[in-house]
Amino acid sequence: MARAATTTDVFNAVAEPRRRQIVDLLATGERPVNELVEQLQLAQPQVSKHLRVLREVGLVTARDAGRQRLYRLHPPALRPIHAWVAGYARLWSERFDRLDEVLAELTEQGDGDDH
Amino acid sequence: MTTSTATVTLPADTQILITRRFAASRHQVYRAWTEPELIRRWWHANRAEVTEVQVDLRVGGRWRYAARTPDGFEFAFYGEYREIVPDAKLVTTEIYQHAPDDPALTTATFAAHGDGTMLTLLFEHASQAARDAQLQSGMEDGLQDALSLLEELAGSLS
Repeated sequence: MARAATTTDVFNAVAEPRRRQIVDLLATGERPVNELVEQLQLAQPQVSKHLRVLREVGLVTARDAGRQRLYRLHPPALRPIHAWVAGYARLWSERFDRLDEVLAELTEQGDGDDH
Repeated sequence: MTTSTATVTLPADTQILITRRFAASRHQVYRAWTEPELIRRWWHANRAEVTEVQVDLRVGGRWRYAARTPDGFEFAFYGEYREIVPDAKLVTTEIYQHAPDDPALTTATFAAHGDGTMLTLLFEHASQAARDAQLQSGMEDGLQDALSLLEELAGSLS
């Protein structure tokens, strides 16, 4: 798949370990930035920068609640990554379907099942 | 023929785990997995012509599978057998010809499952980048498939 050069697609966005950590933390629920700062033990500007990248690719959304800004995960943005794994799964599914045919033949021959 | 689906998961950043059930005995699945004439018949995945299958099935022995896609791209995988338990387990190293610096360790286990066999295939890479490159190979091979799937999914989810 052709990828954008900068962090404008979800593949690049989650290629960064800290951003994957943020995704993992948000997977358990909505959180304010200071909680993320605490959990990640990073400076707030860094966390905000990572959150901005995640928001740009649509993986994270933000809403204001009183004086806090809450961040939450938007899982459908991970769809291209699912599709990517699905492509690999299909390669093996096709292999295994052919393997089924080979096995059916071995069974028919009554061969290879002697123990 | 009804077939089960292969399940692919990523248990760790450096791993790929594939499981699939087969309606055959462990011995039959192991044979199809290790005998060159049988390997030739399934390893192509309908995407390439298998040009070479070498199997020297002993610890320290080498294996090598090569193929050519319809558009002329040639590729090979090769490695060494590390552990062999007939009808039960096979551990090999695995190197993709076009990424020779990133060997993986592959463990195939064949377990009785009802009247069939559960195959578990674990790929362990040295780095996430190398693991991702292996996943990416499926994307390239099945690019068209994957793109249409993406389109379908995008269409079905607002």
